[in-house]
Amino acid sequence: MRQVTTVTGNAIPLNRADVDTDQIIPKQFLKRIERSGFGEFAFFDWRKDPDFITNDPRYKGAPIMLAQQNFGCGSSREHAVWAIEDMGVTAIIAPSFGDIFRVNCSKVGLVTVELPHEDVNYLISRMEELPQTQIVVDVASQTVSVTGTDWKRQFAIDPFVKHRLLNGLDDIGLTLQHIDVIAEFEATRSTLKPATTAAFADTVKTP
Amino acid sequence: MASTTPQTIIEKIWDEHLVRQHEGEPDLLYIDLHLVHEVTSAQAFESLRMTDRKARRPDLTIATVDHNVPTIDRSLPNPDPLSAQQIDVLRENCKEFGIPLWDIFDLRQGIVHIISPEHGLTQPGMTIVCGDSHTSTHGALGALAFGIGTSEVEHVLATQTLTQSTPKTMSVEVTGTLGRGVTPKDVVLAVIRKIGVDGGIGHVIEYRGQVFRDMSMEGRMTVCNMTIEGGARAGLIAPDETTFAYLKGRDFAPAGAAWDEAVAYWRSLTTDEGATFDTYVELRGEEIEPHVTWGTTPAQSIGISQAVPKPEDAVSPWARETAERSLKYMDLRAGTPIQQVAIDRVFLGSCTNGRIEDLRAAAAIVKGHHVAATVKAMVVPGSGLVKQQAEREGLDAVFKDAGFEWREPGCSMCLGMNPDILLPGERCASTSNRNFEGRQGAGGRTHLVSPEMAAAAAIAGHFVDVRDIK
Repeated sequence: MRQVTTVTGNAIPLNRADVDTDQIIPKQFLKRIERSGFGEFAFFDWRKDPDFITNDPRYKGAPIMLAQQNFGCGSSREHAVWAIEDMGVTAIIAPSFGDIFRVNCSKVGLVTVELPHEDVNYLISRMEELPQTQIVVDVASQTVSVTGTDWKRQFAIDPFVKHRLLNGLDDIGLTLQHIDVIAEFEATRSTLKPATTAAFADTVKTP
Repeated sequence: MASTTPQTIIEKIWDEHLVRQHEGEPDLLYIDLHLVHEVTSAQAFESLRMTDRKARRPDLTIATVDHNVPTIDRSLPNPDPLSAQQIDVLRENCKEFGIPLWDIFDLRQGIVHIISPEHGLTQPGMTIVCGDSHTSTHGALGALAFGIGTSEVEHVLATQTLTQSTPKTMSVEVTGTLGRGVTPKDVVLAVIRKIGVDGGIGHVIEYRGQVFRDMSMEGRMTVCNMTIEGGARAGLIAPDETTFAYLKGRDFAPAGAAWDEAVAYWRSLTTDEGATFDTYVELRGEEIEPHVTWGTTPAQSIGISQAVPKPEDAVSPWARETAERSLKYMDLRAGTPIQQVAIDRVFLGSCTNGRIEDLRAAAAIVKGHHVAATVKAMVVPGSGLVKQQAEREGLDAVFKDAGFEWREPGCSMCLGMNPDILLPGERCASTSNRNFEGRQGAGGRTHLVSPEMAAAAAIAGHFVDVRDIK
């Protein structure tokens, strides 16, 4: 996973609630077996509207995205995270996130920041009025601030996600350090639980 | 792990799968079963190859193809080369990593969340994951089951564990009994309508109360399936006699002495007297009507006797704005009785409602009638075995005689990754789980309903109250 300490820049003010991952990356692009190149397909259908916010050149390349509650709800497709990442976004600020999306972000180094509604509303209006506003997301101090103002807010973050972000640590590598503990657990697992090995056999039986 | 403090079933299953717990770190949970399909696994396998890692427990892993498969004649080549490639890549990956695959010509092929319970692979007390948000389905059998992203798929393949933060718990109790014509689909739509699409964020739900006790195993799967649409990653129902009766004799269920031992353990998987949940939600079964969604989130639903709501009546400025956008997309006017809304397409199938009971219920409505001249309707059984069973019972003939198309099993028009899609502007009564914009095809308009309501709408050409037919 990439290391992220601070994210500084302007932000795309996507002023919508319940943005589902079907909108972020529609199904026809899930057939790709690559991990990169999803950015050009992000918000594919919404982008057909010339007034849609990501078409506004003033926000092009912004490293932060602002959105309303329950951002990334619905399908578990991590392609949604890859698409936003590939647009150049490294942090998303919203009042809440879909659970699976939030976890997916934490695996690739996309920072999800939860701030109360009024703070997100403030940032969205400010970005709409002054598109060059610089927002700073600082992972170490867990703060969001607006450059040139004294506006600053604290946010909560899972301490382990923070640790991995600040050090760019790979989740699987960390878990594999405990492989002995996993093996011990396996040794005591109930033998009643099913194994899939028999699925190789070419038989079907039903009650 | 014995505990003196009363626990919910969620906490019991969690504790039993705890591999490692450490201050400041998420818990490390053991995964009993990993279900794999073609769409969310390719990049995970590729990454394993790049890091020279193996699949730790291919014997706790099983794969099938469902999202991309055509539902017409399968002896023909896949019309979409990208879909064909993704399926080929899964084949190669399963071979290389030693994972059993129920491939396209296998009778056992089907939607991943239908085939696992159908073969008894899903059992009470297990932890089950899949790179698919509707993995919550397996909670119907008292398993802790949730959807994961591709990075987590890779994590499970490499370690057979997942790092997880402790979830909050939610009790969703539906008391009393359901009225005639009211189905599990209506129950879960009513629950989502009540809690909202974000009400379950951070939670695992236990569905409790008489309505769930009385519900069939397949109905419970419909309910648990849509848990994610209310924001919760997992939802489950404590196992009982219905669960045991469903599992007994299935391919992967324990047999003989092991069966008795397993049942004894499964009986312990209930929420203890005195255990508390973080959140409580209660509904009365008698108050639930057959539901239809009118908007573009699964929470935007109404009873069949109602009219499309006015955005200005919404509970919050957010709900209002979302409602206005939804009405525009759905091309609906506030105040229109939903029964006056005409449809172009009907889709009967998906991991929500593609099981044999769903097909039986719809066929009972359809029998002796014909699909309206203005409607194109299709049935896509959830698995090869569901299709075979339906054909044994003559349900295929009922549907075909009525003018439905009878297809091969897969996810099909639930998400339209294969050629089964809505055309722009088409309106569909669908038994699937998501009415998001463009979900069933760009510009398509989806109304979520039960199989019975879909069947009734197919015949009438518009939404009707199924209680007026029965």
